[in-house]
Amino acid sequence: MAAFSTRRLSSYMVLGIPIAWIIIFMLVPYGVLLTYSFWVKKYPLFVPAFQFGNYITVFTDPQYLRVLLRTLKISALVSLASLLLAYPFAYFLVFRLKNQSLRVWLYMAVIAPLWVSYLLRAYTWKSILGTQGVLNSFLMSTGITTEPSTIFLYNQSAMVVTLTYIFIPFMVMPIYAALEKIPNNLSEASADLGMGPIRTFLRITLPLSLPGIVAGFTLTFCLSFGDFIAPFLVGGPDGLLVANVIVSQFGAALNWPLGSALSVVMLFIVLAIITASDRLERFGQQGH
Amino acid sequence: MSTASTDTAMISTVSRARKPGLVSRYAADMAFMAFVALLMAFLYVPIWVLIIFSFNDSRTLTWPLSGFTLDWYGTLFSNQDLLAAIGNSFYVATSATILTLIVGIPAAMAINKFQFPGKALFRRLILLPITLPGIVTGISMLNMFRLFGFNLSLETVILGHATALLSVVVTQVYSRLQRLPRSLDEASADLGAKGWQTFLYVTLPNLKTAIIGAALLSFVLSFDEIPVTFFLTGRENTLPMYIYSTMRRGVTPEINAVGTLIVLASLVLIVISVIMSREANRSRQSL
Repeated sequence: MAAFSTRRLSSYMVLGIPIAWIIIFMLVPYGVLLTYSFWVKKYPLFVPAFQFGNYITVFTDPQYLRVLLRTLKISALVSLASLLLAYPFAYFLVFRLKNQSLRVWLYMAVIAPLWVSYLLRAYTWKSILGTQGVLNSFLMSTGITTEPSTIFLYNQSAMVVTLTYIFIPFMVMPIYAALEKIPNNLSEASADLGMGPIRTFLRITLPLSLPGIVAGFTLTFCLSFGDFIAPFLVGGPDGLLVANVIVSQFGAALNWPLGSALSVVMLFIVLAIITASDRLERFGQQGH
Repeated sequence: MSTASTDTAMISTVSRARKPGLVSRYAADMAFMAFVALLMAFLYVPIWVLIIFSFNDSRTLTWPLSGFTLDWYGTLFSNQDLLAAIGNSFYVATSATILTLIVGIPAAMAINKFQFPGKALFRRLILLPITLPGIVTGISMLNMFRLFGFNLSLETVILGHATALLSVVVTQVYSRLQRLPRSLDEASADLGAKGWQTFLYVTLPNLKTAIIGAALLSFVLSFDEIPVTFFLTGRENTLPMYIYSTMRRGVTPEINAVGTLIVLASLVLIVISVIMSREANRSRQSL
């Protein structure tokens, strides 16, 4: 009996600290965020209210709608580019490379940049792509171009390149893990049954690695969806994303209620993507 | 009909698989290798650009290189704002790491061990910041601090980081907990150990490398964090915030010099974490 109650006490403590933390620093702040999103901007700051004006602005004002759609497009392109680079790489490592230690080294080489400052990885692309930058001066010194080009920096492709560079480890990790789990004898059996390598890949390997693709897509999509540093450094005027607009609402525009509404929209989009990817993964597992 | 067609298919693949198969496999491997080399160039040329231009004696980052200098490093060490920012970053990252471990280890144990109402929600909320952009964490906490009249400071930044990094600690510790045989706990209880004794003498030593790994990663991520810091800091700057504000003014070799030092520090930490995980593997094999 006594042992039972001390065990209960310790389990309350184990549970209590994280639950209290989650309530104080996640649930309450999200609640406050939601509350603010219904308030009204009024000079000099804003006043309590309950109305949906901020949300109506977000979804009807073409200015915000355009940014929202642009952000979805950029995030999708980043995820796609990461997938196209990460999948062949992970596939080669798991199924083609026989040298065990080379495999570990190459895997580490792709994950290692995660430890190197995110800000610096964005900055170095700014220094490479700029008008006065490394790429332009290199092209001019080799005589390929004669004058500096402005086409590299401050546009959407610069942003896709930079964000892909930053977030690609998040695509490699889950795909590699998924491919590693596929038993080797499955593809052997498929070859024995007369399927060529391409059909084996399409019918066996690809479907079995789908959970990894979904997880990688979710991560890279959500992370680039909320980024405001890379767009600021390499995006230029038509490269601002939702997060940049939110930053300006909390800065120069000083419209916290609208900024909060945009943040709530972002939160819900992320939650929707996570839920969808959970469903997809579970569906994939049931399928087999 | 169908068996006949598979038979012929089989025969044809078997005959095809002899010599041309080897050649095409070799060609495919070469193509893969070229692809991997290009990917490595994509990943590492930018980092080398960062490093090389920190030693170049020109204010602009242009090719060809003009000459070797250590001046940019010299100016760093006389820059008081920068040194203060580095100090702040150490304070923030250390405190946030300790806090997130204190909350994260019990959270991972709770998810691993207990059944309780709302567990699914609990787990989901804790893991949310992995995918949730830092800006949402930053803004929601900013709103709360403002509403309740707290002033922004390095301490509010620490609370923000600890919240955002909780997911890192929980995933690392939880995946180790799952691999620990439950019989260890049971054996300890059979031998008369109390719950806290089992935790202290059985569970914790087995978690040691996972905890150190999680702590290292949290420290690095906190040291490097911008989106949460951006909204929650008061007057003081952390190192990345300082660098970010310098970047707004443009590209300068001083940033490359700071960056090179940060890359060097990251390299040291990567080596430490690799050694740690090797040791963990070895001890697990000997178990």
